[in-house]
Amino acid sequence: MAKKIVVDPIPRIEGHLRIEAKIGENNVIEDAFSSGTMWRGIEIILKGRDPRDAWAITERICGVCTTVHALASVRCVEDALGIEIPKNARIIRNLMNATQQTQDHLVHFYHLHALDWVDVVSALKADPKAASGIAQSISPWPKSSPGYFKDLQQKLVGFVESGQLGIFSNGYWGHPAYKLPPEVNLIAVAHYLEALDFQKEIVKIHTVFGGKNPHPNYLVGGMACAIDPNRNTAINIETLSMVKKIIEDTKTFIEQVYIPDLIAIAGFYKDWLYGGGLGNYLCYGDFPEKSIDDAESLLWPRGAILNNDLSTIHDVDPRDLSQVTEEVSHSWYTYSNGDDKGLHPWEGETKPEYTGPKPPFEHLDTDNKYSWLKIPRWKNNPMEVGPLARVLLAYAKGDPMITDTVNMALGKLEVGAEALFSTLGRTAARGIECLQTAGFMMHYYDQLVDNIKTGDLRTANTELWDPSRWPKEAKGFGYTEAPRGALGHWIHIKGGKIEDYQIVVPSTWNASPRDANGNVGAYESALRGTPMADPELPLEILRTVHSFDPCLACASHVFDMNGKEITKVTIA
Amino acid sequence: MQERGVIIACRSEKKEDSMDKQPTYAEIFKSRGVSRRDFLKFCGLTSVSLGLAPSMLPKIIHAMETNPRTPVIWLHGLECTCCTESFIRSSHPVMADIVLNMISLDYDETLSAAAGHQLEEVRKKIMKDYKGKYILACEGNAPTKDDGVYCMVAGDSYLNILKETAADAAVVVAWGACATFGCVQNADPNPTGAVPVSQLITDKPLVNVPGCPPIAEVMTGVITHYHTFGTLPELDRMKRPKAFYGTRIHDKCYRRAFYDAGMFVRDFDDEATRKGWCLYKMGCKGPTTYNACSKTEWNEGVSFPIGSGHPCFGCAAPGFWDDGPFYTRLADVSFLGTDMNADKIGAVAVGAAAAGAAAHAAVTAFRKKKAGDENDQHEG
Repeated sequence: MAKKIVVDPIPRIEGHLRIEAKIGENNVIEDAFSSGTMWRGIEIILKGRDPRDAWAITERICGVCTTVHALASVRCVEDALGIEIPKNARIIRNLMNATQQTQDHLVHFYHLHALDWVDVVSALKADPKAASGIAQSISPWPKSSPGYFKDLQQKLVGFVESGQLGIFSNGYWGHPAYKLPPEVNLIAVAHYLEALDFQKEIVKIHTVFGGKNPHPNYLVGGMACAIDPNRNTAINIETLSMVKKIIEDTKTFIEQVYIPDLIAIAGFYKDWLYGGGLGNYLCYGDFPEKSIDDAESLLWPRGAILNNDLSTIHDVDPRDLSQVTEEVSHSWYTYSNGDDKGLHPWEGETKPEYTGPKPPFEHLDTDNKYSWLKIPRWKNNPMEVGPLARVLLAYAKGDPMITDTVNMALGKLEVGAEALFSTLGRTAARGIECLQTAGFMMHYYDQLVDNIKTGDLRTANTELWDPSRWPKEAKGFGYTEAPRGALGHWIHIKGGKIEDYQIVVPSTWNASPRDANGNVGAYESALRGTPMADPELPLEILRTVHSFDPCLACASHVFDMNGKEITKVTIA
Repeated sequence: MQERGVIIACRSEKKEDSMDKQPTYAEIFKSRGVSRRDFLKFCGLTSVSLGLAPSMLPKIIHAMETNPRTPVIWLHGLECTCCTESFIRSSHPVMADIVLNMISLDYDETLSAAAGHQLEEVRKKIMKDYKGKYILACEGNAPTKDDGVYCMVAGDSYLNILKETAADAAVVVAWGACATFGCVQNADPNPTGAVPVSQLITDKPLVNVPGCPPIAEVMTGVITHYHTFGTLPELDRMKRPKAFYGTRIHDKCYRRAFYDAGMFVRDFDDEATRKGWCLYKMGCKGPTTYNACSKTEWNEGVSFPIGSGHPCFGCAAPGFWDDGPFYTRLADVSFLGTDMNADKIGAVAVGAAAAGAAAHAAVTAFRKKKAGDENDQHEG
């Protein structure tokens, strides 16, 4: 008889996630159930509001992947209204997006994921001189002297001896699944602290163009930040030089700290190749070199891969009513024509209906409905989205930069391409992608400067700012590749107000419960078959779930509305 | 203002005048009637649970007898984690200094190493060992509809967990727009019945730190104020620290001269945007929003929303989501002078922060009336 264990809360993620797992013989996970345990109903709140405000409201879905919903939302409204944004605005948005990807991936690796692989307490036993030797052998990063590591270790000893371990309290220190030598653990702890300090520098680029971070400002029609090289009241060369310096420092940090650490740590875990999961991958694409409508100009391509088959890339059209659908057979909602019937977001409907146990409870009723997350499917297939999906798609398409970086990583680790289809592969893909987006940052900086040189200072197109110039009714689709994967917003505007707004979020794809056909979601699939050293200490579950970088505040806001019910709503 | 100058309980027991007013572990144990023998046993167990060599035990005992950092339980309810993200952006002090030297961030779902019941054990242990002496930091708020099923943690409703954890806290800090005034999930029609922390926890000293998110240095400033002065900062009538929320963004805005001269941006694509004229006519709520944006600015003083050409939409004000549309509703400034603060304006100023909650309620009621019964169908 399988034993059921519960991990709730799952820490080091955004939002509230619960995993229930059935553990079979030899402590192998037989089955897993992923439950999103929060819901805010933001799409209901959007109803009847000004579409120009939607970016700000949807941005508040998530403050970790801040900016991504704002970007998808302005694109969505502009798509509906037929607004073409100025070139500077496109470049600035791309730069802000690349900034977000880079910062988010760095924070994920060190602060949300590293403790699944790094034993902090073991670092106390490290020889600082040996740690220095290892650090200097893998990177030219200057903070690597024996004295540096000795000082850090002493600080760590003082912290531990205080008896107050703070965020490290009750961690799984000494767990047999930790494989790093003390010296590598010490290096990783040093870089945990350095990355904590450095991440706040990267986002200053958002502050330059969007006024703040988290939650920088966007604008339907472009960006609100003005550019004028000959005024001190707009972005000029002083501000641009700050942006350039931050980009250079960021690239150095990723190249000299993140990537060498990733490869060094992965080298000790390359036989832990569990957590592959579905083998189905979906990307909407992003980083338009021309218009967002021109899928051919996307630096990150669009497409789908099924059954780990990299030789066939399937076309994806999120506007096609038969491709992206959602059902609610195992979610706490109800549909009028059957909970198992998949609906495209433009045709969606929802009523929340909690049928789970009354809290407090021991277990969810996983035979029936067990999550606030709906069940998105692409052509009825459960899909994984995120860095691994994007890297595999680019690899399959032969993108030279990604192909070179993937081959470099595989070569250094002495593993074949099949290693990519795993928890570790997902974690490596995020680092590979981060290296790429750090490069994108400078690419867009150069583009911006080149465009300003031509005398083009425009950042906003306001021809259609006034709702009196809008069509009576319009539908739009906006998308981005968020750090966690493909994100889509679908809007229906009527009479200058939001009639209907739907969002299908990356973590909803990945964390979805099983569908009416019994097909499990990406987390559930990836957890199956993983052996646990001790089911009471769920380190292996954390590892695989964290490799997806869960964002539950995003995932559980998916909420479609019945458009018919809003027609009478008018807002003051 | 009964909150003003409240001494944190755990800091008040020691009699010296030094900055280190916290009692030690040993003193806490003694005051709770734990014998020296049991104290030493506790130190031994701590040492073992950390996997330390027996030779480390005297050091543990020494540390426990000297100077513990103030324990903090940081809860997450309905929220987006932008407050945590902002907190770690702080440039002075930096995050590492705070968690290594000032507080002991013992429970925080975003950063804690432990998971599941091991993490919940930590929360319960802090509540027991530091009864009446820990800081409860709240990010997000609790949904109150339907037994709180719209936010559940560890198999219980967040509503229950918040109340349980607040019961023995010394002080409650409400971070950000969600915890202070409700934020986006509390906007009309508030499908989950989300309410500010101050409506649920009424018997504890409470600090409201509004903003979506609050400025990093404002957040860490509240913690550092405790750590340095041993007291809560002075609060206004809405329980906001006066040090950070004492003036309106408008009062210190570098574009104020253009406002006074009547020179306004009227289109995001006009020459006035590049000349940095006033954004009031584009919907800027700087004139009615109490926050430090125009003084402290964001991300180590790089810029702030108005500085980057976007109107303030009042994210530190109560009910700001229902005070839109953001770009077309103009702030009501007819009655405001430059030297007014929230307390002076008091309840007479509709639209000002002090009366914002009432204004919010009025707008919400209006919207609800307009929306009629249709919304109720979604809430079932």
